[in-house]
Amino acid sequence: MRVVVCAKQIPDPASPYRLEPDSHWLVRPGEQVLDDTDRYGVEMGLQLAQAAGGTVTLVSMGPTGTMQGIRQALAMGADKAIVIDDPGLRGSDALLTARVLAAAISKEGFDLVIAGTESTDGYSGVVPQMVAELLDVPALTYATQVEISDGQITIHRQTNNGYEVVQASVPAVVSVTAGVVEPRYPTFKGIMDAKKKPVETHTLSDLGVAPEIGQKVRDVSVAASRKAGVKIEDDGEAHLKIVELLAHRKVI
Amino acid sequence: MATVWVFAREVDGAPSTMSLELLTKARDLGQVSVVYVGAGSEKAFATIGQYGAGEVFHLDPGDRLVAAPVAHALAELVRARTPDLILFGQAYDDRDVAGRLAARLGATVISNAIGVSLEGGTATTSHEIFGGAQIAGATFTGAPPYLVLVRPKSFPASPSGGPAPQVSPQALAEVGPADGRIIEAHVEEREGPKLEDAAVIVSGGRGLGSAENYQLIEKLAKLLRAATGATRAIVDAGWVPYAKQVGQTGKTVKPEVYIAAGVSGAMQHLVGMKDAKTIIAINKDPDAPIFTIADLGVVGDVHKVLPKLIEALENR
Ligand SMILES: Cc1cc2nc3c(=O)[nH]c(=O)nc-3n(C[C@H](O)[C@H](O)[C@H](O)COP(=O)(O)OP(=O)(O)OC[C@H]3O[C@@H](n4cnc5c(N)ncnc54)[C@H](O)[C@@H]3O)c2cc1C
Ligand SMILES: Nc1ncnc2c1ncn2[C@@H]1O[C@H](COP(=O)(O)O)[C@@H](O)[C@H]1O
Repeated sequence: MRVVVCAKQIPDPASPYRLEPDSHWLVRPGEQVLDDTDRYGVEMGLQLAQAAGGTVTLVSMGPTGTMQGIRQALAMGADKAIVIDDPGLRGSDALLTARVLAAAISKEGFDLVIAGTESTDGYSGVVPQMVAELLDVPALTYATQVEISDGQITIHRQTNNGYEVVQASVPAVVSVTAGVVEPRYPTFKGIMDAKKKPVETHTLSDLGVAPEIGQKVRDVSVAASRKAGVKIEDDGEAHLKIVELLAHRKVI
Repeated sequence: MATVWVFAREVDGAPSTMSLELLTKARDLGQVSVVYVGAGSEKAFATIGQYGAGEVFHLDPGDRLVAAPVAHALAELVRARTPDLILFGQAYDDRDVAGRLAARLGATVISNAIGVSLEGGTATTSHEIFGGAQIAGATFTGAPPYLVLVRPKSFPASPSGGPAPQVSPQALAEVGPADGRIIEAHVEEREGPKLEDAAVIVSGGRGLGSAENYQLIEKLAKLLRAATGATRAIVDAGWVPYAKQVGQTGKTVKPEVYIAAGVSGAMQHLVGMKDAKTIIAINKDPDAPIFTIADLGVVGDVHKVLPKLIEALENR
């Protein structure tokens, strides 16, 4: 089974995100990390490929930089990576991202595509569905459990009041929640091996995708934030202050 | 006059609350039609009429996986009727349909919008970035239709009064390999008030330490007739169902009082509850970000403060 996992490199969320002054594009440093959201996809891909016998290929769009994020995913055990980096992709929106990913995925060939439900830096939350439409396959979204047998993929799809059991035939796209599996930590051997694994790079013209972007950010402002009130240290009696406030607000 | 469509997913036999918020907004932007996805009923359509839509396109996917058949039918409708703007909620089925429709039409989607306007035939939006810390103002640069995913509770829902709309049922064609089925739906039992509508909410985070300790949250909530909420961290850990998640990818709530216990206050959580009238936080870390927005912040251990609080309320 050929599993393709969408894996995004993002600026380290531990340091504050900045925008370029005129374009309002996110500043992407040379060293980016694997989006935590995609560690779950990589783990799911590794487990499914191992069970069915198969390969895991990563596909990632964005500035390659030091490839730290890609190496992280390769170190977990993925077999190879396809990276699409092109100046025409700066400021890319969800649709252009999806077109690029879908073009790279269909060129590679696939039985199953795995993505996260939303990326940490952009969180448009629609890229996997777009990729599925462009590949003309079903999208099984928000999966908390995934099983494949006899060419059928069955997932538990998280819903507002529980979950649905959803089924389709492969090839398919599945988007996984952060609870779906416990991602492994790379071993020392994994980290060493990752350095030797193949990384293919593509440009937009290789893939025949035009760099069309249908939106433009005009301005950015800081969201209104509310002020902090009082902060007290619990001396064993702090609960009484809470009771007092609840009474004052007439909820008790 | 501009034509605005609102995507309305059926929830418990009625149009989703989200779609009523969108309808209220859409009335200010142009002539409104609704894309209604679900079994449908006279009552549901009457509600849509009361919120000002004149026309309903009714699509019923039954037990088929919603997105592909609905997006394909919608793409045909869009080509025939050329709406300027289509509003979706930032919700699961909405996202699935919007994504597929956008890819099919080659149309751009803007997500996480909290404001939208139409000027001179072009749509302008404001949308949240960086977990809601900043707001970006954006314009579509291509041709309509403009697809916008709007965050819940961005606009208040209020009926304008209106007659029953004209309903036109739309056939859903086969979609070949993109089809799928919903085999079963599991509904988790719900006790107490609904999170979205509750006046008081008690939420717990990883600071509770274990799934069992969530009963402290439930006990407190019962005493306050409150709904119970949670952070994504404890939903993903399997302590509580997703239905309880508050935040960017969960519910957006605006209660009178929000109590957060053992919640760090990540941007993605705050964005879902920062508009509560009063916020009370209990966290043992004095530098936890939740304290930057709490009206009353208690620096303390949830295992000490919550049991005492529960006892004090029981004795009242
Ligand atoms: C794309 C994306 C979407 C997201 N969407 C959401 C969302 O919708 N909702 C959401 O909540 N999160 C969301 N998150 C996750 C978010 O970033 C945080 O990881 C999450 O909110 C943290 O949950 P927490 O506060 O329970 O856990 P932690 O951040 O681990 O915080 C636990 C807190 O408990 C305190 N604590 C520990 N022990 C005690 C004790 N004994 N007594 C008192 N306090 C104690 C600690 O000081 C700490 O502040 C999203 C993240 C991403 C990337
Ligand atoms: N540039 C990218 N490269 C690889 N995968 C991506 C990229 N952008 C989005 N994805 C995938 O799509 C998911 C949802 O992203 P988004 O729609 O941006 O919220 C992510 O979790 C990734 O799995």
